[in-house]
Amino acid sequence: MCGIVGILNELGEVISGKMVIQATNAMEYRYNGLGGGFAGYGIYPEHKEFYALHILFPDRERRNKVEEILLENVKIVHDEKIPIREGSPLSSKYIPWRYFIDPLNTSPENSDDAIIELVMHISSEVKDIAILSSGKNMGVFKATGYPREVADLFKIDEYNAYLWIGHGRYPTNTPGWWGGAHPFNILDWSVVHNGEISSYDTNRRFLQMWGYNCNLLTDTEVIAYVFDLLVRKHGLPLKLAAYAMAPPFWKQIDRLNEKEMKMIKAIRMVYGSALLNGPFSIVVGRSNVMIGMTDRIKLRPLIAAKKGVMSFLSSEESSIRSVCSDPDVIWSPKAGEPVVSTVGGK
Amino acid sequence: MFVPPEFKVIIDQEKCIRCKACTIQCSFEALSFSDEEGQIIADNNKCVCCQRCMAMCPTKAISVIKNPIVYAPHPTWTEEKRRDIYIQAQTGSAILTGVGSTQSTIPYLFDHLLLDACQVTNPAIDAIREPMELRTYIGRKPRRLEFKSLNEDYELKTEIAPNLLMETPIMIAGMSYGAISLEAHKACAMAAKEQGTFFNSGEGGLHTDQYIYGDHIIVQVASGRFGVHMDYLNVAAAVEIKIGQGAKPGMGGHLPGEKITEPISQTRMIPVGTDALSPAPQHDIYSIEDLSQLIYAIKEATRYEKPVLVKISAVHNSAAIASGIVRGGADAVVIDGFRGSTGAAPKVAEDHIGIPIAAAIAAVDDRLCNEGIRDEASLIASGGIRCAGDIAKAIALGADAVAIGMSVLIAMGCRICKKCYTGRCPWGIATQRPELRKRLNIEIAAKRVSNLLAAWSLELKEILGANGMNSIESLRGNRERLRAVGLDQPTLDVLGVKPAGR
Repeated sequence: MCGIVGILNELGEVISGKMVIQATNAMEYRYNGLGGGFAGYGIYPEHKEFYALHILFPDRERRNKVEEILLENVKIVHDEKIPIREGSPLSSKYIPWRYFIDPLNTSPENSDDAIIELVMHISSEVKDIAILSSGKNMGVFKATGYPREVADLFKIDEYNAYLWIGHGRYPTNTPGWWGGAHPFNILDWSVVHNGEISSYDTNRRFLQMWGYNCNLLTDTEVIAYVFDLLVRKHGLPLKLAAYAMAPPFWKQIDRLNEKEMKMIKAIRMVYGSALLNGPFSIVVGRSNVMIGMTDRIKLRPLIAAKKGVMSFLSSEESSIRSVCSDPDVIWSPKAGEPVVSTVGGK
Repeated sequence: MFVPPEFKVIIDQEKCIRCKACTIQCSFEALSFSDEEGQIIADNNKCVCCQRCMAMCPTKAISVIKNPIVYAPHPTWTEEKRRDIYIQAQTGSAILTGVGSTQSTIPYLFDHLLLDACQVTNPAIDAIREPMELRTYIGRKPRRLEFKSLNEDYELKTEIAPNLLMETPIMIAGMSYGAISLEAHKACAMAAKEQGTFFNSGEGGLHTDQYIYGDHIIVQVASGRFGVHMDYLNVAAAVEIKIGQGAKPGMGGHLPGEKITEPISQTRMIPVGTDALSPAPQHDIYSIEDLSQLIYAIKEATRYEKPVLVKISAVHNSAAIASGIVRGGADAVVIDGFRGSTGAAPKVAEDHIGIPIAAAIAAVDDRLCNEGIRDEASLIASGGIRCAGDIAKAIALGADAVAIGMSVLIAMGCRICKKCYTGRCPWGIATQRPELRKRLNIEIAAKRVSNLLAAWSLELKEILGANGMNSIESLRGNRERLRAVGLDQPTLDVLGVKPAGR
């Protein structure tokens, strides 16, 4: 069991981290203290054109190693320790650091791939570190602990973002460690996940063919990679990518009109290995969009709500109501059907 | 030289009513009526334990037991090895046998693998109540899809090559008309149609009666090229080029002249009574380039409307060979493991050549994935698939589907007496003798095969549900759902499976 939260302002106006903390804390019985985390989009307006790397280091030596690799490959525009609240019970474990980087010698259209390659390279070269995020104008903060402890450690209440994602963990199938907490991120994709991906190895094997190495010991990473592959690399519209991950049943497909049937049949035939099978609800963030989705028979909960320009997603209605007591509309999305909210309403 | 018989027929003379039915039923002439003694007598040397007499005796007076006669025990010189030597010293020839390897000391890898199931954190799904999908598409898939965007709407831009739609990932393996009777051949086609899957014609051509089942038939083009003509290629759903089979890798086939009856001669396009010889290689394929040419020749002949499969036996270098076949244009690769069955094969090939299907599938799947070409062709596993558990394991190791042959014949009534090559099959399956063929009722045989496919499909759904998944493609290559018991580390590495408990 886990709890997931997503909050988005459609005008792109930033909101305080206090809201996501409260909505996440409202479901504390869903967590067991072995993982919590947040992702905020729009938190680094002063460095928004650079990739922000959030990295956890166990010691100075590992930091030096990573910096060596960085200096070989990219330009470090700015770097600093991620501020933490001294005296927090979690504070002594790792040194969290952030780097704002500019990929060198890479054309703009290849820079995303260059960053993925860099992240995969560092993760395999330097042991016992965790790269928490690598997107622009966004960052992931996570640790082993309850979400309130993680929020306290990283001072989430002092950040402002137009898109917030929160997660509390109750790990059962993979070890509880800082890097394994959610959100899981690659580039500007962040995923929080409640559930278990039984098709993990099938998905992993498929992603490997496209150059994604799954090495974080968590099934959630495959979700982020599948989104990145299908939407960014293959250019599938979000709606169609969702059909690949949680497709309609063949019996339903057989009843569609010719054009739709041809399209969804092709998606299932070609992207069958991208089908995420097993119980899950997820909230996925990207620079200007928030997606909520469940598996195709909805074995995990997901509630969506809207209030004016604010969109909410959560595992539980109580969590949404704790920060928005009178939503304009609140509903339970259908199994497999994505709920998409975008900045600018596009 | 004296060789003790393998079986012993025991007739309960008190129960026997001397109806002599058994003497007619026994196609191996092991039973006869002795006027002198006024009773049925058995020639144990001729008995093959086909159980036909036992089944047909109205008073159930007959039983056949394994001859308990004791060969002086020796671990190296087993009874079987000694018997083979006695026979070969007599004949100066290779030992011919039917069915498949009797080699028991090489581990049957599927029996060392166990499947996973969900508990608590991931709910198992009730396969009877919830939708469970087994639909499988066999054929080449594009690596990615492209769509045209029309306002808020989308349309598929990518063309997809023809694929075979299977409602269950189980097809019926190639068994030729000639090796098996027309009745058995028809029953296979009917069952495949009923279950929404495919039957492979084998290399003996296709009797025109079978054309009505063409949408559910894959026709084979093998080294003998028997019965290969335009109608044969065009009536089928797909064409398979057979390079080899698991029971006798690297060896050809030989259907004796006495099996070449009038209709078989018509179908195979060879004269009545001549031996049908399948050479070891195809004489226009001496390299991978030649294979590619034949693949495209067949595609041209069938206007690129049908997938072309290539079947090979599982041998040491299967991974590299399969990669070459995929790059050569095949839409699917069928790999037949060393326990694959056959109507006739040299015993030395059955027992000593090839590798287990589990290892071959894992190695081929790994290789194709590493080369990024796994989606360019489907992978079909065959050779000794005995139950739904074996199928699930083959798919978890990386196969898209499996092909079953022996299981289908057992469903029809085969008793594994291993004498298919004699043409005397007492159950009407592997014979062309009219009086024996009559023993197989086509409709009943088709129903039994159809039932078997349905039963295994249901069990596959149960396995998927227990693993918290509702679609077969999520099991494909999902080796995390397998654990192994009693295998050494190199074998675990090849299979890509962890030991149980880890």
